[in-house]
Amino acid sequence: MARPVVIRALGWLAVLALLAGLGMAFGYAPREAIQGNVQRIMYVHVPAVLTAYLAFGLVLVGSVGYLATSRVGWDRLAASAAELGVLFTGITIASGSIWGKPTWGTWWTWDARLTSTAILFLVYVGYLLLRGLVDEPERRGRFAAVVGIVGAANIPIVHFSVKWWRALHQPSTILGPEPSPIAAPIAAALLVNWVAFTLLFAYLLARRIEIARLEEAVMGGALRAR
Amino acid sequence: MTAYARRVGIVLWKDLLVERRSKESLNALFFFGLLLLFLFQFSLGPDRARLESALPGMLWLGFVLAGLLGLGRSFLAERENDCWEGLVLTAGDKSAIYLGKLAANVCVMGAVELVILVLFGLFFDVDLGRAAAGLAVILPLGTLGLAAVGTLFAAVTAQVRARELLFPVLLLPVQVPVLLATVSATQVALAGQPLGDAGPWLRLLAGADLVYLIIGLLTFEFVLEG
Repeated sequence: MARPVVIRALGWLAVLALLAGLGMAFGYAPREAIQGNVQRIMYVHVPAVLTAYLAFGLVLVGSVGYLATSRVGWDRLAASAAELGVLFTGITIASGSIWGKPTWGTWWTWDARLTSTAILFLVYVGYLLLRGLVDEPERRGRFAAVVGIVGAANIPIVHFSVKWWRALHQPSTILGPEPSPIAAPIAAALLVNWVAFTLLFAYLLARRIEIARLEEAVMGGALRAR
Repeated sequence: MTAYARRVGIVLWKDLLVERRSKESLNALFFFGLLLLFLFQFSLGPDRARLESALPGMLWLGFVLAGLLGLGRSFLAERENDCWEGLVLTAGDKSAIYLGKLAANVCVMGAVELVILVLFGLFFDVDLGRAAAGLAVILPLGTLGLAAVGTLFAAVTAQVRARELLFPVLLLPVQVPVLLATVSATQVALAGQPLGDAGPWLRLLAGADLVYLIIGLLTFEFVLEG
């Protein structure tokens, strides 16, 4: 349990890091030669997707932890991380869509990475729906943990299946197999933004867990004894 | 080990006996499958070339939709007459109940799929003879993948409000890899190519089945507790 002052400090740190990231994305990083200013959306897009994967990893940790120990803290972690994971996956898809329109000429394409991100989004939206439909906290935690574990174990399977599915239909033309070397300023801006997003995530997660705790206290604290 | 196998056998026998006497699922599912074939034909139109390229996808969509209805019901009977308590009170490892339920589901779904497959060959004039060997491998693997997660999630949603809605919402995104793999492999089989051409897909499918099965065995007891 992090103390309020620590959480608040984390929040301010996240604000500072996000401002620094914004400054670097627009001020320090050079304009990309081919795509122009549009490329700067990468400084939101890539940190968002990395944060989303971190969140879904924590859902798995929380789910396994809850099933193994029945301690409600693990369930709070899983639930809070799942909500934020869906949020950041949503940001990833939306920012990717906005980036895709001017560069690829389309809002959406059934590219492997797009498709697997969208599937990930749907899996965890289902997870949240399930949580909303079970009232009894202890059962909700158990059921959600099972779905959370299946969802996480499925991520690599989805990844490979979708990759091959595209490979069978057409070679990857948009995202080439060789990653182009990234210029140092761009990499630096990306790194700062990634750190900023991770701090923001940590802050929101701590807040969300706190809210979950308060919710349970309000609902009668039936779980306190666990 | 023999006691475990016996418990699996008892659950399987019980479910099949109930199904044989009531024929609740089977009769409706056969008809539902037939109906789906008609709907596919109506929605795609008579153009033979277009129909042919869509055949593998249609076939598996039919299996998945029939499976959704069949699997979703598999734990509803246990809700009546306190059967659920009986299952919870059963001595020994609860995963035996999961395996028995899964085996029964695979049997019922397999029967439905065979009938749909024959009707499919009949109505769409597909030469099933040359694809038979391939389908004999693809069908069990795909059915197992669908039923392994389906049985686990059906046990969850049987205890939840709005289960008719929640079950597909939870199951379908997780089953994307199974659908991709089976459709791609069926495409190879229906084209009369050797099954080796679909080797990676079959390996992915087998791997996915194994992962789903292990998760189901490990987590089922947490779902059953009720």
